Amino acid sequence: MFKKLTLSALTALTLGTGGAMAAGGESHIEDIAFSYEGPFGTFDQHQLQRGLQVYTEVCAACHGLQYVPLRTLGDDGGPHFTEDEVRAYAEQNFEVFDQELLDGEGDFRPAKPADHFPAVTSAGAPDLSLMAKARAGFSGPYGTGINQLVKGMGGGEYIASILTGYTGKEKTEAGATLYENTAFPGGWISMAPPLYGEDVEYADGHSNSLHHEAEDVSAFLMWTAEPKMMARKQAGFTAVLFLTVLSVLLYLTNKRIWKPVKYARKD
Amino acid sequence: MSHADDHEGTRRDFLYYATAGAGAVTAGAAIWPLVNQMNPSADVRALSTIRVDVSGVEPGTQLTVKWLGKPVFIRHRTGAEIAEAKEQDLNLDASPLIDDNARNANLADQTAFASDANRTMPSPEGEGEGAWLVQMGVCTHLGCVPLGDAGEFGGWFCPCHGSHYDLAGRIRKGPAPENLPIPPAEWVDGSTIKLG
Amino acid sequence: MSGIPHDHYEPKTGGEKWLHERLPVVGLIYDTIMIPTPKNLNWWWIWGIVLAFCLALQIVTGIILVMHYTPHVDLAFASVEHIMRNVNGGHMIRYLHMNGASLFFVAVYIHMFRGLYYGSYKAPREVTWIIGMLIFVLMMGTGFMGYVLPWGQMSFWGATVITGLFGAIPFVGEPIQTLLLGGPAVDNATLNRFFSLHYLLPFVIAALVIVHIWAFHTTGNNNPTGVEVRRGSKAEAEKDTLPFWPYFVIKDFLGLAVVLVVFFAIVGFMPNYLGHPDNYIEANPLVTPAHIVPEWYFLPFYAILRAFTSEVWVVQLVSFVTGGIIDAKFFGVLAMFGAIAVMALAPWLDTSSVRSARFRPQLKWWFLLLVIDFFALMWLGAMPAEEPYATFSLIGSAYWFGYFLVILPLLGVIEKPLPQPATIEEDFDAHYGKSSETPAE
Repeated sequence: MFKKLTLSALTALTLGTGGAMAAGGESHIEDIAFSYEGPFGTFDQHQLQRGLQVYTEVCAACHGLQYVPLRTLGDDGGPHFTEDEVRAYAEQNFEVFDQELLDGEGDFRPAKPADHFPAVTSAGAPDLSLMAKARAGFSGPYGTGINQLVKGMGGGEYIASILTGYTGKEKTEAGATLYENTAFPGGWISMAPPLYGEDVEYADGHSNSLHHEAEDVSAFLMWTAEPKMMARKQAGFTAVLFLTVLSVLLYLTNKRIWKPVKYARKD
Repeated sequence: MSHADDHEGTRRDFLYYATAGAGAVTAGAAIWPLVNQMNPSADVRALSTIRVDVSGVEPGTQLTVKWLGKPVFIRHRTGAEIAEAKEQDLNLDASPLIDDNARNANLADQTAFASDANRTMPSPEGEGEGAWLVQMGVCTHLGCVPLGDAGEFGGWFCPCHGSHYDLAGRIRKGPAPENLPIPPAEWVDGSTIKLG
Repeated sequence: MSGIPHDHYEPKTGGEKWLHERLPVVGLIYDTIMIPTPKNLNWWWIWGIVLAFCLALQIVTGIILVMHYTPHVDLAFASVEHIMRNVNGGHMIRYLHMNGASLFFVAVYIHMFRGLYYGSYKAPREVTWIIGMLIFVLMMGTGFMGYVLPWGQMSFWGATVITGLFGAIPFVGEPIQTLLLGGPAVDNATLNRFFSLHYLLPFVIAALVIVHIWAFHTTGNNNPTGVEVRRGSKAEAEKDTLPFWPYFVIKDFLGLAVVLVVFFAIVGFMPNYLGHPDNYIEANPLVTPAHIVPEWYFLPFYAILRAFTSEVWVVQLVSFVTGGIIDAKFFGVLAMFGAIAVMALAPWLDTSSVRSARFRPQLKWWFLLLVIDFFALMWLGAMPAEEPYATFSLIGSAYWFGYFLVILPLLGVIEKPLPQPATIEEDFDAHYGKSSETPAE
């Protein structure tokens, strides 16, 4: 009886995998070789600076970055602007509400490096601070998550694929315009295509085709989501190195301690 | 380990010491981050330097800003005040200072005499010397915030225990032991002071 | 202590004697560290030390996180981001705590399955086993409440779904649920009490761990053969055992170090792999994520919870017999807790006179199937609640209960065990002592 149960369970498992395969593959996410991927991957400082430019000139109209302090634009492992550049960027681009102005009534003033990017709620668009970690481009196969081991979580890829995945078709549903997008789950997204290519003019003369802009801003958003990534990888590497040395030494010590016990009879 | 055989002892001891050492180093390396997390975080450190726009501070008025959690008085002195302060400086023999240290973090010589010139900030271009006085607004007695334009010496007066500061923020009467300290301050441009 | 005979601590100097007469703490430590341990323990026995490390890691990193975290629905999510961005090394401490929970559960599951395979739960170690199960249940509670604290979408909806389980209890369910939540829905009151309990429970676990160790130091460790250490005399016992220090301390540390290499590689290079992306979206009571998935370590039991729907005949029968008091929802809850309860009852369900599955030729295979079943349920728990997964979950759940309620009692009667070694020494020598040059006795 139990063997039958086992058999049916095993058959069930094999069948199940087939079912999951058929159900998956709805949205198409392209695997991009971002510089930040892999155990030794680092952010490309110039790419982050270009991505910031795309964010500032395009995304910032509707999306906020409320968890990101402006000062971190000057951090190592980030866009790494100079202190003066950060201050100028903050002053020129953003105004923040300061409760301490006008004797406690509060007023708007130009942003300082110590402020955060403002939250933008007017358009009802989600905040982008953590978007690259809040979306997974890859999962599966069959809900096992093995693809994420191989390709990474794919938050950056997801954003880039959304930005480049518009087919140009639109439809109106319940008074809202929806745009067909090959990367969006369900296929129809309420965000109008934000990038068309050549939307911004890069100071470094880098290509501003749609794909490059999308990749740059995706890399930038991965940085806003995980600003300490490079420090983290370094700490992880150091820890792994230390513990590997310790493991080898413990292995030798263990072997030596046990030698007289295990092979006592031989002598 | 004292029982180690003589002929094998050194090698064995070395392995044991190396293992214990590596274990200690690994454990030690783990301790520092656990302690360091209590140091001021990046958002707090970011506020250790602030820029203050003083273009709106007319002569004869004072701006109070918060820096490192404490008030800083930025006083724009009038010509009359500067003259009076100079006079106070000349009369020090008649009423001596309680604390003759300038308490000015901007001076290389931390024992400099508490003259008016050593307490005031260098003026921006086009303005006479002694026009700007920047000091911590914390009474050196027990930490109250003194009132401006008050007291027997025309400067500040601490209502808590009756300390009188003169026009240069020096303690002249009352229980406070020291002059109001002067924080690191410099002009970034003609109308902006950088504190810290 | 009716333990294995061994040398006890003897205070030598005047100072040692002075302290020993007043507080025998050095003796306690000495007896604990030098406890005679079966010398044939294999590598499956390292997970106890890994678990002790995990508990210490979680308590230390947890106390640190509390220094920077704010338990309020408006501020919790932002305060976690503050830890990730501003606190010195905060991102590392938070990721250690986050993945430390996963390591904790990896270790506890291996530890438990080791106990199930080698019969460590059997007499006279039932108390050790029961306390272990209590620790496991407290760990699940602590892990669940900790997951709520970052106040992400999965935090919120996980809390909503799991506390909803208590609402399934007949008659008193809804008042209990309201009591747990401190309101009609998961909100600030819930977050605050979960924070309080998440801080408290690890210390309860620590106390139980001490009792757990006390219990198995009283009975002595089990070992891969399941044969007891000889206790007739100290000399006899010493043939079967070695002191814990240095032999097993070094061995356990080696195991721990290797495990930590993998752990730090995950924390350093892919810290979010085991988490759910939705938890990086702040909790929103008005929007439910498309697919609510618990943390991986709850998945097997979550699958059992979902398996028993109203279409299952057992559920229909029970519902009919109880006059609808036990409906499908409550049945699922009972099944989930029952899955843990049957494990806790293993010492009394297992009728075999042989401890270790090494000498139980049939149980070996049933056990292997149980392990596969566990992973299958884990996978099924993450799948959407639809066919064919529902049927598979039901089969998997049935086997889980079958193993404990049918196989363990029956197999003890019908199975013919293999011959066991007379002593641990014999087993050990069979592996190491007797080379080809040394003939058997």
